Amino acid sequence: MRPRAGVACVLPLALAGCQGWQSALDPQGPQARSLADIIWVFTGVAVAVWVLVAVALAAALLRRRAEPPDPLSRAPDRERAMGYAVGGCVALTLVVILALTGYSYATQKELFSTHEGRITILLTGHQFWWDVRYEDPAPSRVFSTANEIHIPVGEPVRIKLEASDVIHSFWVPSLLGKQDLIPGRQNLVRLQADRPGVYRGQCAEFCGWQHAHMSLLVVAHPREEFEAWRDAQLASAAPPSTDEQKEGQRVFLSNPCMTCHTVRGTSAGAVAGPDLTHLASRRMLGAGMLPLTRGNLAAWVVDAPGVKPGVHMPSIKLEPHELHPLLAYLEGLK
Amino acid sequence: MRTLAIALVLLSLAACQREERALRGDPMADESREKIALTSLSPGDSGPIEVRTGRGEEYTGNAYHQSEGKKLFKQMNCNGCHANGGGGMGVPLMDDTWIYGGRIENVVQTIREGRPNGMPSFRGKLPDEQIWQLAAYVLSMSRAVPQDVAPSRDDDMHPRPAESRQPAVTGVQGGTVPPSGEAPQ
Ligand code: HEC
Ligand code: HEC
Ligand SMILES: [Cu+2]
Repeated sequence: MRPRAGVACVLPLALAGCQGWQSALDPQGPQARSLADIIWVFTGVAVAVWVLVAVALAAALLRRRAEPPDPLSRAPDRERAMGYAVGGCVALTLVVILALTGYSYATQKELFSTHEGRITILLTGHQFWWDVRYEDPAPSRVFSTANEIHIPVGEPVRIKLEASDVIHSFWVPSLLGKQDLIPGRQNLVRLQADRPGVYRGQCAEFCGWQHAHMSLLVVAHPREEFEAWRDAQLASAAPPSTDEQKEGQRVFLSNPCMTCHTVRGTSAGAVAGPDLTHLASRRMLGAGMLPLTRGNLAAWVVDAPGVKPGVHMPSIKLEPHELHPLLAYLEGLK
Repeated sequence: MRTLAIALVLLSLAACQREERALRGDPMADESREKIALTSLSPGDSGPIEVRTGRGEEYTGNAYHQSEGKKLFKQMNCNGCHANGGGGMGVPLMDDTWIYGGRIENVVQTIREGRPNGMPSFRGKLPDEQIWQLAAYVLSMSRAVPQDVAPSRDDDMHPRPAESRQPAVTGVQGGTVPPSGEAPQ
């Protein structure tokens, strides 16, 4: 195959990357849609201008005029026509630029308009995970989870963005554009999904060694399903039922785990790491690093820095007979 | 001339290596083997026999460990009792007087074992590595560590400039005991 044909075959493949659970070109909510519109309008206008200029240039090169016999002779009509042409093009450029600026300004104004939503979430960025706190006027209905945001479909959700250490950035390409999380201040965004589904988000501001492994999932449910999820998350952790799980809870509470993690309903109430109350209801482990399976959980608990170098969870010395009970306990945190 | 220029460029690369960052404590590590006496009294002339392995220098000379310690100081709620070093219900840590000794091994012992007048023991609640990181940070509060490794920024509002901008102190280098433990004169 000739190289050119090869390139032509491979290029469309790259477009396959434009779909899926993380794509700004496959918008699934109003914010992402207006951003995608902007991308296409800008690209379209820029391409049109480029084609016009290229055609004009080619025409000028092809239809070369003969040299005038006397270089000093003037042709006032011609020159006036040229003056109009240049002036017209400059004016057109100005109009295009002003129109694009106005369009982008209007879209931004719409994107950044904040409002009181029925649901407000405080999203705090940490090296290298996300703390997700569902706020509520009633203190008993406030709870935290991590690395997974659940929202009802078709309803704007207000998200407050904060950071505890360095600057991070919240970006769920299919649903909304980037917004930074900055220590010491609060930014606001609105998140809305039109269809149920799972969308992937990614920290978009370099924040340290494991920046690339700081992702999150946005799960959009129909309204009733969302309320059921929220009620389940509000509950304290189910008490351990088997003897093995009871032993696991003892291991958890008598080891350093409880100085960093919260399991509601036990004496572990620290916030240096993700809330583990309903750990087993989540899909991923370590901010999207691994699917949550028993094997991955074991690797993580025994040696988190081996799995995610630079992570702020240390390797913890467990006795060999303590590991399985601990895993059974963690897996029971549904 | 050209050789000289190349040599200078190569030499400047030496500045790229500032410190090694230990990203992963030993998962199988036990407590370090330091043995610190609780008093300066001991029969004979030698004074108490102690074991200091020199491990402390890995921490007092390392910026990464100290910034980790600074983070832990808040996360482990040390600031709940010691405020930002100025003291509250717990004693001040940013001054140069130490009840239980101001060498890093003494501070490690303070954190691991606890102390009788209200300092909790963190044995088994913090991995050994983090205890050393905390101890190194505690020393940086009074700038008993080199300036280039002391933390140079605060993550949020703080009542005083960061540790690297404090004047250095030498401190009382350890071995002192609380008044209640002092031998009758
Ligand atoms: C010094 C604090 C600290 C200690 C001690 C600690 N962790 Fe963690 N843990 C963290 C941090 C921070 C994370 C988030 C890491 C990341 O994703 O970057 C985490 C993440 C986790 C996760 C994954 C949570 C998720 O949703 O992705 C599990 C499970 C976990 N820890 C279990 C444990 C267990 C069990 C112990 C005790 C053996 C323990 N941790 C001890 C700080 C700690
Ligand atoms: C419950 C309150 C409390 C907490 C929490 C606490 N401390 Fe203390 N700390 C004290 C008290 C009280 C003393 C004085 C003990 C004494 O005089 O016997 C003390 C003493 C100390 C000393 C010895 C000072 C000296 O002059 O020798 C150090 C070092 C220290 N704490 C560090 C820490 C660190 C690091 C942490 C966090 C891991 C911490 N403390 C957490 C209350 C606390
Ligand atoms: Cu990041």
